[in-house]
Amino acid sequence: MTLLAFVLSLGVISIAAGALGSLVGLGGGVLIVPVLVRFYDVDIRLAIGASIVSVIATSSGAAAAYVRDEMTNLRAGMFLEIATVTGAVTGGYLTTLLPARFLYILFGVVLAYSALATYRHRHATALLSHSDDRLANYFNLHGHYRDEAEHRDYDYKVKNTWIGLAMMYVAGMVSALLGIGSGALKVPAMDLAMHLPMKVSTATSNFMIGVTAAASAGMYFERGQIDPVIAAPVAIGVLLGSMFGARYLGRATNKGVRLLFVVVLIAVAAEMLQRGVMG
Amino acid sequence: MSREHPHPHAAPLRAAELTRRVRQVELAISWVLRIGVIVSVLVIGVGLLLMFLHHPEQARLWDDGSNYHALVQPDAYFPHSMAQLRAALAAGAGSGVVVLGVLLLILTPVLRVAVSVLSFVYERDMPMVLVTLFVLTVLVLSFVLA
Repeated sequence: MTLLAFVLSLGVISIAAGALGSLVGLGGGVLIVPVLVRFYDVDIRLAIGASIVSVIATSSGAAAAYVRDEMTNLRAGMFLEIATVTGAVTGGYLTTLLPARFLYILFGVVLAYSALATYRHRHATALLSHSDDRLANYFNLHGHYRDEAEHRDYDYKVKNTWIGLAMMYVAGMVSALLGIGSGALKVPAMDLAMHLPMKVSTATSNFMIGVTAAASAGMYFERGQIDPVIAAPVAIGVLLGSMFGARYLGRATNKGVRLLFVVVLIAVAAEMLQRGVMG
Repeated sequence: MSREHPHPHAAPLRAAELTRRVRQVELAISWVLRIGVIVSVLVIGVGLLLMFLHHPEQARLWDDGSNYHALVQPDAYFPHSMAQLRAALAAGAGSGVVVLGVLLLILTPVLRVAVSVLSFVYERDMPMVLVTLFVLTVLVLSFVLA
C-alpha cells in the first residue's frame, strides 16, 4: 500500500470512529488502535500515540457543538476534571510500575461490568428533583438541558459527587496508562452514579476527555509516539466525523444512546481482554 | 448551567444578568474549541500537502515500489522534541508542519480551560475559579514535567 492510500483510507476510517465516538462520549481511540495494529500493522506504541490524538480531536470537534447547544453540563464537567487530570498525571508515573497486560485485563473486566450495569438501567429516565449532596449543592453542579428528541426542557439534580470524583480519578489514570480517553468510565460515573441524563453524560464526557488526554499528551509527544504520518489522517478524519456525529446526539433518545454505548463497550471490553490475555 | 439557581456564594449578580453571562461564556468556550479545531486542521492539511509535494513518489495510489510501512515502525524518524520540531520547520519539512498542527490540537483543550478560568471570574463564581485554576495548573505542570 502506498503512503497516499494509507493516509486516505485511514482518514475515512477515522471519520467513522469520530462520529461514533462523539455520540457515545468515547474518544474513538479504542476503535482506532485495533484497526491500526491489526489492519495496517502499525507499531503498538505509535498506535497508542495516535489514539491520544484521536481522543483530543473527538472531544474538541464535538464539544464545540454540544456546549453551544447546551447539551453539556459545563460546571459538573469542569469540577470533575480536578480528578481526571490528577489521575492522568499520577498514571503517567505508574506506567513503568504496572504491567500493561494486567491493566488491559482489569480495564476489560471493568468495562464489561459497566456495559452490564448500563444495560440494566436502559429504561431508567427518572431525573432527580432534589439532592442532599453537599458538594453538588455547594458548587451548584445541577443542570438543565433541552431534549431535542422530546422537545422538552429538563432540570435535573446531581448526587454522589464523591463517588463520581473517585471514578474520574481512576478514569484519568487509565487514560494515561492506556492512551485512551476513558469515556467508557466517565459516562457510567455520570449516568449511573451521579444521575445525569444519559445524553448529558456522553456530551459532558466528550467535553472532558480532551483535557484528560491533553494531560498525558506531552508525555506521549516527548516519548516519540506521535507519528505525523498516522496522526495527520486520524486528526483530520476524527474531527470531521465528530462534528458530523454531534449533530445527531440531540435528536437521539436517551435509551438509544445507552444501547449504542453498551454495544461499543462490549466490543472494547472484548478487545482489551484479548490484548491482555494474548499479550 | 446555573440559570435558575444562581450560586449562593457568588457576589451579587442579578439573575437575568447571570443568565446572560452564562450564555456568553458557553458561546465563548464553543468558539475557542471551534477556532482551535479549524486552525489545527488547516495546519495539518498544509503539512500533509508539503509531505507529498516533497516526496512525489509517495503520492500515488497504486505503486508496488513505495510503501508506507517503514514510516509506522518503531525506528521511524519524526520530530518529537521542541528542538527537533524547530529544525524540521526551518527545513520546511511537511512532517514538522503536521506535528505543529497536532500540537495546536493538543493545546486546544488547555486553552479552553484557561478561558474557563476567566469565564468564572466574569460570572463572579470564586469556587469554580479555583476549580478551573487547579485544573489549568496541573495541565501546565504535565507539559513542563514531560
